[in-house]
Amino acid sequence: MSDVTRMSRRQFMKTSALAAGGLMLACHLPLGRRDAAAAGEGEFAPNAFLRIGTDGSVTIIVNKSEMGQGVYTSLPMLVAEELCCDWKRVTFQASPVAPEYNHTQFGPIMVTGGSTSVRSEWNRLSLAGAAAREMLVAAAAQEWKVETAVCRAENSFVHGPGGRKLDFGSLASKAATLPVPKEPKLKSGRKSLLGTPAKRLDSPAKINGTATFGIDVQAPGMLTAVIARPPVFGGKVKSFDAAKAKAVPGVRDVVAVDAGVAVVADGFWPARKGRELLEIVWDEGEGAQISTPAMREEFARLAATPGVVARKDGDAPGELARAARRFEVDYEVPYLAHATMEPLNCFVDLRSDGCLIRTGSQFQTVDRAAAARAAGLQPEQIIFETTFLGGGFGRRACPASDFVIEAVQVAKAIGKPVKVIRTREDDMRAGFYRPQWHDRVAACLDKKGYPLAWHHRIVGQSIMAGTPFESMIKNGIDDTSVEGAADTPYAIPNLQVELHSPKNLVPVLWWRSVGHSHTAFVMESFLDELAHAAGKDPYQYRRTLLAKHPRHLMVLETAARKAGWGKPLPKGRGRGIAVHESFGSFIAQVAEVSLDSKSQVRVHRVVCAVDCGRVVNPDTIKAQMESGITFGLSAALYGAITLKNGRVEQGNFDDYPLVTMEAMPKVEVYIVPSNEAPGGVGEPGVPPTAPAVANALFAASGARVRSLPLTPDKIRNAKKKG
Amino acid sequence: MIVFHVNGKEQRVDVTPDTPLLWVLRETLGLTGSKFGCGEGLCGACTVHIDGRAQRSCITQVGDVQGKKVVTIEGIPENHPVKTAWLAQEASQCGYCQPGQIMSAVALLAQKPRPTDTDIDSAMSGNLCRCGTYGRIRRAIHAASGKASPKGGKRS
Repeated sequence: MSDVTRMSRRQFMKTSALAAGGLMLACHLPLGRRDAAAAGEGEFAPNAFLRIGTDGSVTIIVNKSEMGQGVYTSLPMLVAEELCCDWKRVTFQASPVAPEYNHTQFGPIMVTGGSTSVRSEWNRLSLAGAAAREMLVAAAAQEWKVETAVCRAENSFVHGPGGRKLDFGSLASKAATLPVPKEPKLKSGRKSLLGTPAKRLDSPAKINGTATFGIDVQAPGMLTAVIARPPVFGGKVKSFDAAKAKAVPGVRDVVAVDAGVAVVADGFWPARKGRELLEIVWDEGEGAQISTPAMREEFARLAATPGVVARKDGDAPGELARAARRFEVDYEVPYLAHATMEPLNCFVDLRSDGCLIRTGSQFQTVDRAAAARAAGLQPEQIIFETTFLGGGFGRRACPASDFVIEAVQVAKAIGKPVKVIRTREDDMRAGFYRPQWHDRVAACLDKKGYPLAWHHRIVGQSIMAGTPFESMIKNGIDDTSVEGAADTPYAIPNLQVELHSPKNLVPVLWWRSVGHSHTAFVMESFLDELAHAAGKDPYQYRRTLLAKHPRHLMVLETAARKAGWGKPLPKGRGRGIAVHESFGSFIAQVAEVSLDSKSQVRVHRVVCAVDCGRVVNPDTIKAQMESGITFGLSAALYGAITLKNGRVEQGNFDDYPLVTMEAMPKVEVYIVPSNEAPGGVGEPGVPPTAPAVANALFAASGARVRSLPLTPDKIRNAKKKG
Repeated sequence: MIVFHVNGKEQRVDVTPDTPLLWVLRETLGLTGSKFGCGEGLCGACTVHIDGRAQRSCITQVGDVQGKKVVTIEGIPENHPVKTAWLAQEASQCGYCQPGQIMSAVALLAQKPRPTDTDIDSAMSGNLCRCGTYGRIRRAIHAASGKASPKGGKRS
């Protein structure tokens, strides 16, 4: 790997292409001119995204991190559709970090997030494919001395007059000498690949064990480190004694870093054994005061006071004051860990004049910049390679770059290549959670039983505050705190949404579906309560209030129809429905649940209807809905990170359980045909699940539980209250 | 020196006997297909076969596999019906848990060539998947049902 360390990935790619004599629409600038390249290159130039070898192989370079959502297939499909190549000849490669791979909408950073991969790259990658196709067609036309207009590309061949044809591989070298078209034209007419369930290109590597995740990175001379971290947030090392740790065979070094004390060893096991023998005196600071019960009380107090107004239609407080009957309730959700199956880790090979980092990141530019600061290098001196990610869910897009910085610091301290691995307990206790939220909602109904006023106070930490993205907080409102509530589509004439953003030391972060993960639970549960209070069917109630929102209506009606809404169920079972828009997609879900003898919710079936606009790969969309529902179920049924004396009380999957095969319901996904602009699919499946399940729980048992997770004790209490 | 067989090949490793088998496979032998997820036998990402039984290699000390036969994901043939079914069902998402899932499924089918849903629940519920691929895994196991070789892959 040291050769690669010394050679920029760009140069490396150029060299390989020249060696292969192939066409590469990329990487023609020397090292050191990357920034210049970014400034000079137009947004629509087909450049850095594909290579075609003389053997006809098509390598598509993907600038998004693969963490399960299938971008190593869906993004190549966008290119291949326009390139008109044989899908069987397509392979993928993770892109390096360079300006040409920056997000098309999120500013000058390479990032995978916000369920934007397909949406944000659709145009750019289609044009990249079209440009290459035009060059191949032009190369064939020159070869045959005919007009390009009489040639066409199909299935990795260019066809010309008189039945002539040449394959892409034989045209690659010539095409490489032609000018890149400035305004390539997209294909007209029917798509051949888009909309088909093309097989995932990454599946074979993932089922035979060869897919390289960050934790799998090996390098000659590499050491492995684990870090002893403070027991509370904000804690610092006061002093430590490493004598016993260093006596463990295989332990090579013990070094202090900002994150704690790192034990560096020949492998994970001696490092972990050594860590257990460290004697550390911590300065715990005020972090030791944090406790979940106290925080819940603080949030409840705040919810009783006016916050910053995020939405104000009409006069909700006034209408509520005049109402004969008002409904006022509190909803709560806890901190949640991302709990990616692959614990966080990072490999660093730091040299005096350069650095190689290999890790599973969703936030490459930010992580590389942080690594550069920690290493004392320029970002361009760092080669940052993205491995497969064993789950991301937002955790690997951390503005603090915590897992990267600590690895660079260890590498710097020991002067050798090192991989820092977090144990599951490290991963779960070292922070960055979905914020804990408290929502107080009050409503009154009009004469027909529909909401006349809705007054909603949201209390919880801002994700953006204290990060480089703080400037996105406008007038005291972090949109990620109120999204899904302040922009509700329901026809409510008097609507007021307010926000409190208390600060504390617990690190928070976007967690798959971000603010929607709590607002959908509150909006869709409380609306369900109002429907029942009005004596109306919750499905029809929503239809009435969404009459002007055809996409919501369509998914709602589809899910209800497919689920058999209104049809009899076995005794003890109930159905619940929820609909929510997020990340440009519209999703409705109907859950069917019962309670077992221990008052544990048993989810039998979830029916999901999704309108995510134009479709790239329908099977990927279904998989992402199945995935979002499972993720949402773990949160609805089990998930909670709690603190006592500043210590996170959970550490592993025994006290932070996930849905298992046995608990997994039958899931049915229906894609609503749509010609709308593409929406996201990675996150939007999550938000409707918890409210659909909670509403089904009410239908099944009469227990209205307004706090997640839906644990047996809460259910028993709610039943007692009736 | 601890001597055991991995995927049909004798291995001699010089590590302390309390080292979990998982780390010997991953770091000493370079077989990184078996994954670290929890370190406590709670997630199944590290599942391998020891003398034909699915075991959690993260809580199995290498000293305890002296003389035994270990099969990892790397030892399951590419054309094994379980792998084929996994591909056909597109079971993988992030893929991290899948080697462990596959090892559990291969062991299940070796024991019960035509498992019921209840059998699948009981054999597979120790293998967590954060991406939520359970439905597809269940379908893949049913699809591979009756096709798996009685020995469940190369064991030697």
